[in-house]
Amino acid sequence: MLQEESDLSLIIAQIVQKLKGSNLYSQLERQAWGSWEKRILKSLNSMCTELSIPLARKRPVGEQKELLNKWNEMGTDEPDLSLFRPVYAPKDFLEVLINLRNPNYENGDSLSFRTHLGLIQVPLKVKDIPELKECFVELGLNIGQLGIDDSTQVPPELFENEHVRIGQKVLAQQDSAAAQQYIRQGSPTALRAELWALILNISSQPEDVLYYEQLKTNVIQHDLLVDSLIYKDVKLTASNDDYYFVFEDYLYQVLLCFSRDTSVLSHFAFNSASPPKSYIRGKLGLEEYAVFYPPNGVIPFHGFSMYVAPLCFLYHEPSKLYQIFREMYVRFFFRLHSISSHPSGIVSLCLLFETLLQTYLPQLFYHLREIGAQPLRISFKWMVRAFSGYLATDQLLLLWDRILGYNSLEILAVLAAAVFAFRAVNLMEVTSLAAAEAVLADLSTLKVMPLLQIFLFATVT
Amino acid sequence: MAGKVKWVTDIEKSVLINNFEKRGWVQVTENEDWNFYWMSVQTIRNVFSVEAGYRLSDDQIVNHFPNHYELTRKDLMVKNIKRYRKELEKEGSPLAEKDENGKYLYLGLCVFHRLMFSVNIPRRPVQPWIMILSHRFKKCVPKDSKTSSFVSQSNKEAYVISLYINNPLLIGGRKFDLRLYVLVSTYRPLRCYMYKLGFCRFCTVKYTPSTSELDNMFVHLTNVAIQKHGEDYNHIHGGKWTVSNLRLYLESTRGKEVTSKLFDEIHWIIVQSLKAVAVNASPSLTSSTANDRILKYNLINDTLNIAVPNGEIPDCKWNKSPPKEVLGNYEILYDEELAQGDGADRELRSRQGQSLGPRAGRSRDSGRAVLTTWK
Repeated sequence: MLQEESDLSLIIAQIVQKLKGSNLYSQLERQAWGSWEKRILKSLNSMCTELSIPLARKRPVGEQKELLNKWNEMGTDEPDLSLFRPVYAPKDFLEVLINLRNPNYENGDSLSFRTHLGLIQVPLKVKDIPELKECFVELGLNIGQLGIDDSTQVPPELFENEHVRIGQKVLAQQDSAAAQQYIRQGSPTALRAELWALILNISSQPEDVLYYEQLKTNVIQHDLLVDSLIYKDVKLTASNDDYYFVFEDYLYQVLLCFSRDTSVLSHFAFNSASPPKSYIRGKLGLEEYAVFYPPNGVIPFHGFSMYVAPLCFLYHEPSKLYQIFREMYVRFFFRLHSISSHPSGIVSLCLLFETLLQTYLPQLFYHLREIGAQPLRISFKWMVRAFSGYLATDQLLLLWDRILGYNSLEILAVLAAAVFAFRAVNLMEVTSLAAAEAVLADLSTLKVMPLLQIFLFATVT
Repeated sequence: MAGKVKWVTDIEKSVLINNFEKRGWVQVTENEDWNFYWMSVQTIRNVFSVEAGYRLSDDQIVNHFPNHYELTRKDLMVKNIKRYRKELEKEGSPLAEKDENGKYLYLGLCVFHRLMFSVNIPRRPVQPWIMILSHRFKKCVPKDSKTSSFVSQSNKEAYVISLYINNPLLIGGRKFDLRLYVLVSTYRPLRCYMYKLGFCRFCTVKYTPSTSELDNMFVHLTNVAIQKHGEDYNHIHGGKWTVSNLRLYLESTRGKEVTSKLFDEIHWIIVQSLKAVAVNASPSLTSSTANDRILKYNLINDTLNIAVPNGEIPDCKWNKSPPKEVLGNYEILYDEELAQGDGADRELRSRQGQSLGPRAGRSRDSGRAVLTTWK
């Protein structure tokens, strides 16, 4: 595998020489992603062959009826999933990112990148703290925030009541742009579901409900191999979570439909990836028999269901829940597990995280490197999941408020760095990766807004 | 102060013993001079029974009040509520108000006229009732008429019949109940605290009101002891949510007003029940999961901090209102002294739904002790 990738780097270098200054990054993206994609598909196909299960098959009528009856409690089904394994886990993906190389490295675009000691070796442009302060100006110390100024010690007359009033007004006027601006200071719990729908431009029209029902019918009629992967993922992650286990059945209803939703394919236009293709049995290589597999072009990885789980706290009507999730996915979440140079892409987030740490907490960074505990190895899984399953639900929702408000995922990298800063004292004392992991194992008591605020606005830079 | 608190317990639970030891308290036996005795229910019964004639001295404290046994029995609960509302009526309290049919507006009990069994006729609407075991007793009959000795004959069970609520609030399609911890430090005046970290317990199986499932106890009953044996019981989390999680979910999906009203009413029921003396006396101290053990350890810790402030030897002549800092995860649920200081007519206004504004229920310190918007 590594040989393959270094050959690839050579090819890239040659191509780049020819195309200097033009389309550099998109070339890089396509080649790197292509190689990763091949690996995933290979893994999926081999699982298929090993288990003698087709990628897709039509269900017999009896089975269809049964599934329809059980639609609201698929969680009680216990199919034998022991032979299935997730196609990949975040740490596999991290290895790919670590091996990304920019062949222009020697002619370094930025001087400082030469001294970058983190795992990411691609010199993308990331913001520093002064730039982040400008960007996240509404998180400043003298501005009211939900997640800080609504704590029980603070009288609600000072901020909370007025903020709620403004939120209600924004909703009454159905002003999406105003909602996005408003939510930068956090959303009151009672208004959140409506505000997110407004910002994401989701209004449940009859045709939307119909569309969802159509997807449901597809699920009933056809069985896909990825369905088993989805089951497995839900059982391994959400079902064991203190907060989300209750919503297990909703997760199946959303994710099974999601994997059949071809409208999701359109997000690939903004993504350097291309959806994986498969061929009808016996027609390998014939383009007219090619189909996207799964139909939505997204192969779930270990932890994928955690993108949906927090949304169950806000929406309990399946088609609305579905729409919200789908929109969140095509706007934000897809960037967390695909390779791109976008500032909200996972590569940039990793680099941002490492740069923040190395620049503003150099002692901690060097110490962790010394003991073989590269910080990214610990924080990567937080960022890939947008912290779902790591933070308490109310904190997570406050964080996702800001993702929507700023239309950017950069806040995930900032939070990751802020967490390290918060636990720096303990981390300085550890002497192994395992010990560092232990210090950072439990984030459930953290309050995200104070952490972010202190890191951005109250740390000496 | 003179000496450390001397403790005894007849319940071998680590969440208790660890808490005593960490305070440096001294373990003694029950025959020696003790200050703090955490008693099992049987022991309490003996201590406070009329025949025992046991008197606690001024420097002794135990973990239940004398009449607590009344609180555990559902039949006595019915009796106590009836007695309580008669008292309120005498005082002219608005809580004892009745409607034009003579039914109590706030303290009504469901009247069960006759038994209704579910019949196997499809589509006939059935109002289910649930029989809740109140207590067991032995029926005694005289051995013979000449002597006055008695022989216990059969084991009997007494039940309370209760209206079964057919349309419970479901989350994720599942029924759940609430386990809340309340500490009563004194009855007169009534001072009680609610532990903030109470939790909900979920059924493992989806709820269905169909009669065919009336027999499926996993659908209807949420006791962990029963759920544990269901096939779907998950040992990692035991099907629990914290109350704050519940609150977040309800506020997000139903709005703030109804959620606040819900919690208000829950707190009201608790306080009224305490006043009528009707609460389960012996919470399980067995821990089902690691998280649960931690919760109960902290719960006992906070309990001891309130009940035995500063670890000083108990003195019944204390003024028992502890400062805010020692509350830990308890919040003041109701403090009669504070309440009566502010005037008794507040109770009526809040029960009629008029909002008293954010200032209601605040203690005199700053911050929001807003568990109660009524007095």
